[in-house]
Amino acid sequence: MEELAHRWSFRGLQPVMLIGELLGGIGLLVYEVLRCIRRRWEGSLIMAQMEHIGVRSLSIVILTAVFTGMVLALQMGSYLSRFGARPYVGRILALTMLRELGPVLTGLVIAGRVGSGITAELGSMNVTEQIDAMRSMGINPVQKLVFPRMVALMVMLPLLTVLADFVGVLGGLFTSVLELNVSGSFFLRSIIQFMRFGDLFSGLGKSFFFAFSIAMIACYNGLQAEGGADGVGRATTKTVVMSSITILVSDFFLTKLFLLL
Amino acid sequence: MESPGFIHCRNLFRSFGEKAVLRGVNLTVEQGETMVILGGSGTGKSVLLKHMNGLIDPDSGDVFVDGLEISHLGEDELREVRKKVAMVFQGSALFDSLTVAENVAYPLYEHAALSLDGLRDRVEEVLSLVDMEGDGGLYPAEISGGMKKRAALARALALSPRCLLYDEPTTGLDPVMTQRINRLIRDVQRKLGVTSVVVTHDIESAFAVADRLAFLQEGQIRFVGTREETKATSDLALHEFLHGV
Ligand SMILES: Nc1ncnc2c1ncn2[C@@H]1O[C@H](COP(=O)(O)OP(=O)(O)OP(=O)(O)O)[C@@H](O)[C@H]1O
Ligand SMILES: [Mg+2]
Repeated sequence: MEELAHRWSFRGLQPVMLIGELLGGIGLLVYEVLRCIRRRWEGSLIMAQMEHIGVRSLSIVILTAVFTGMVLALQMGSYLSRFGARPYVGRILALTMLRELGPVLTGLVIAGRVGSGITAELGSMNVTEQIDAMRSMGINPVQKLVFPRMVALMVMLPLLTVLADFVGVLGGLFTSVLELNVSGSFFLRSIIQFMRFGDLFSGLGKSFFFAFSIAMIACYNGLQAEGGADGVGRATTKTVVMSSITILVSDFFLTKLFLLL
Repeated sequence: MESPGFIHCRNLFRSFGEKAVLRGVNLTVEQGETMVILGGSGTGKSVLLKHMNGLIDPDSGDVFVDGLEISHLGEDELREVRKKVAMVFQGSALFDSLTVAENVAYPLYEHAALSLDGLRDRVEEVLSLVDMEGDGGLYPAEISGGMKKRAALARALALSPRCLLYDEPTTGLDPVMTQRINRLIRDVQRKLGVTSVVVTHDIESAFAVADRLAFLQEGQIRFVGTREETKATSDLALHEFLHGV
């Protein structure tokens, strides 16, 4: 009986312990990365990562944003017409893109495309002892591998988000003009008059946070990967799941926070 | 505290989960000697070797390198130790995004204040030590396992370390290359006074390079002795390991 109770309580505690371990591990990595700020910034490594992370994600980000903007305008147009509120389509669309969908969709796309790539790369370096080899030469892998990826993500994700906002609105403009008979100049003018910088910045604030989360989760899972190709595969999946959840959940709280400010 | 030898392991314990791999290892490697660690597969030779440059921390016990206790040091404090102690990994562990020459240049670039020409010369020099002069431009994916071993050795030699840790440097090499690597290990030790620790399965090359041999079994060092003492051992397990009966 006692043994049974012991086993049950152990089982019950295990997920809690696992989450604790995870948060502890990521916390430690964050601490080590922050310590790198005061060291030498290696421009070439950061630039290479920016190219890798940012430039090569352009097409998928643009594609996602254009179609999101287009479909949003379409949906809203038909719905708003019922209230005779069709002229508002531009403003609502811009607000949705800038404050919400721009950062979140770009975050999710980058988590899937870049986060998984980082985990796979660092993970295979780890299982083939390349990370250990680095350490054995007295070279800090956090400084050489994690830090440049984090900086690159934190620069590129907000930039990609701005681009997504812009392209999304353009997509909306396209459908509004063609399908909803809203005049293009009115669409743009109403947006420019109505939007405030706060709307853009709240989206950018989110994307900074998302970039940092994706970088930390992806690097942590990569550095923890063990057990060959199989382990790297599992770590990669974990990164996509964990960073998507983090983006979606933190988005709610960040929205709450930015609305209070 | 004074510690004997260049590397001194005192009462090391290390487990992975339930599995106790090291169970009280005591071993002293003298300055300038070549110590060979023998032991069956999975007995923890690689794990023991990785304690000697702080890649793995013991659960309990101490590791002294050149008089400094390293098992409690952080990554940054280990930097200086690791410049002195280079390691050749069992699986080579070359950076596969870099060419062979860039792999060899990497530790030099990070730690040695060399001009670009000086860097190139040094890379050529160590590559020629392992017979790989013309192969610097190849990527690790393009070379054979034996060449990877040699490239990894070149990378470890690049900084002229005071101590070298070899994890099975000759496994998978042909007999001629095995001989060459054995001779290289001897040469480096004789000419530069390098302290070496060599983990190997290969009895022949063990006797070719060793000043002393240690036998790891069941998480402990069961035997330490010179070549002659090892050959004349009365330890049954070691005798069986050496002669296969
Ligand atoms: N990071 C790790 N996590 C879990 N177990 C480990 C880890 N590293 C080593 N082990 C375990 O420790 C034991 C000893 O491993 P080690 O690699 O030191 O063996 P070895 O003596 O070098 O064997 P071989 O001659 O085959 O290389 C193995 O049983 C292995 O399962
Ligand atoms: Mg081994």
